[in-house]
Amino acid sequence: MSKIDAARLGMHAKRKRTNAIALTLSLGAMAFGVFWLIWILFETIYLGIGGLSWATFTEMTPPPQSEGGGLANALFGSFVMVSLATLIGTPVGILAGVYLAEYGQKTWLGSTVRFINDILLSAPSIVVGLFVYAIIVAKMHTFSGLAGSLSLALLVIPVVIRTTENMLSLVPNALREAAYALGTPKWKVILSITLKAARAGVITGVLLALARVSGETAPLLFTALNNQFWSTDLTRPMANLPKTIYDFAMNPDQHLQQLAWAGVFMITVGVLLLNILARVLFKNKH
Amino acid sequence: MDAKIATPVGERAKLSVRNLNFFYGSFHALKNINLDIPEKKVTAFIGPSGCGKSTLLRTLNRMFELYPEQRAEGQILLDGEDVLASKDDVSLIRAKIGMVFQKPTPFPMSIYDNIAFGVRLFETLPRVEMDERVEWALKKAALWTEVKDKLNQSGSGLSGGQQQRLCIARGIAIKPEVLLLDEPCSALDPISTGKIEELIHELKSDYTVAIVTHNMQQAARCSDYTAYMYLGDLIEFGPTAELFMKPKRKDTEDYITGRFG
Repeated sequence: MSKIDAARLGMHAKRKRTNAIALTLSLGAMAFGVFWLIWILFETIYLGIGGLSWATFTEMTPPPQSEGGGLANALFGSFVMVSLATLIGTPVGILAGVYLAEYGQKTWLGSTVRFINDILLSAPSIVVGLFVYAIIVAKMHTFSGLAGSLSLALLVIPVVIRTTENMLSLVPNALREAAYALGTPKWKVILSITLKAARAGVITGVLLALARVSGETAPLLFTALNNQFWSTDLTRPMANLPKTIYDFAMNPDQHLQQLAWAGVFMITVGVLLLNILARVLFKNKH
Repeated sequence: MDAKIATPVGERAKLSVRNLNFFYGSFHALKNINLDIPEKKVTAFIGPSGCGKSTLLRTLNRMFELYPEQRAEGQILLDGEDVLASKDDVSLIRAKIGMVFQKPTPFPMSIYDNIAFGVRLFETLPRVEMDERVEWALKKAALWTEVKDKLNQSGSGLSGGQQQRLCIARGIAIKPEVLLLDEPCSALDPISTGKIEELIHELKSDYTVAIVTHNMQQAARCSDYTAYMYLGDLIEFGPTAELFMKPKRKDTEDYITGRFG
């Protein structure tokens, strides 16, 4: 065996060892993460399904020490507030994302907005809740569904801005140039070409933002608070799932604890479905 | 070619480039270019990478204006009217001077809409006439027989060569007068390249074509006039046969015989 062959074999053995170590470490890290995730999912399903019944969807949240009751008002309130937050947050987020990606890439204003948005993106949600408390709840002297929706919208906006900008930046410049070369005005290039090319990614961003806010508790704590009854008035405190779970889980009443688990189960499944939907949409395009 | 204007004998100039200088920031990319691109002929631009041939093409339809750090000085006359100084909206100029790029760029829509998109920017046609226009453009681009049964399918589902012909069809659908082709075959296989070259040959009966290519055989095969550029200078410009058979300049000869570049 020549010297170079021996050297090659030696290097090969060394690479194999390094590979084995790296593989073991990354598999171990993955197993650690997945272990907790599966435990959480298992516990949620195990305890949550037990609390589920038809009444969960049709009856109001019960007072302590009582039989029966459900989560109908909380489900409805959460649905209304999350929908309203998405309705407010999506257009603002998409338009701002379009500005950052198509108009203000290198401008002073663009960089500033991008920087502030990054801060907002990582801001603790309780800060947003307190902010809305200070500017709306304190002024109106009442907790309200409107304030709740607004605080959720403020959490939707940065996520949508970021994903919209990222997705638009992924659209190759050659496509923009091709559209300009036909004599297309800028607004139409953005609307008909780049946004259209990036639409799966943008919608995915909106769905992920929706999934994120549907489980947020902290911002609702200071804004929508909660309501034990069927509440449709947006200027009054509004029932919602996360705060109900928070209250019921803390309650010594076993029955309420079980309803809390049912709520946890529904939020988890809802978020899971949104994530799957986002994934399917994105996959179809790429 | 110094300050002498390269004007093909016995041709009508469709585009006249006069004292054109181009800058990427402080980099001087085109140095005092003067030449006439003859009407209804194919003019090829050859030269090593970075010689400014694509830059020149992108100046002709003011494509460079998308990037604020790029600027052009001088004149580009389309039928005697200065394109660079024009007060008209740039989209009107681009409607007259179409462009096809190196990589195929189908829009994210159906084959039909890819063609109709550009037409709708400038004309409001009844459905029947739009159908006719789409068919006409696709036939011109030699793509009709391959796509006539799937006009509603996405343009990105076509092969690379078909996509490039779709882009050419899209360009001619708005009835430009000049067609700029920026290395239209560099991403294509030889068979697709052959089809595009045939197409270029047919297009010149209606359009003035300017093509940038890295492939000297391609320039020799499908152009009437050839310009050789090097480091931002126009070195030689003349009838293709002449430039390839008996180049006047030593630099040109070295490049086309492969001793350089």
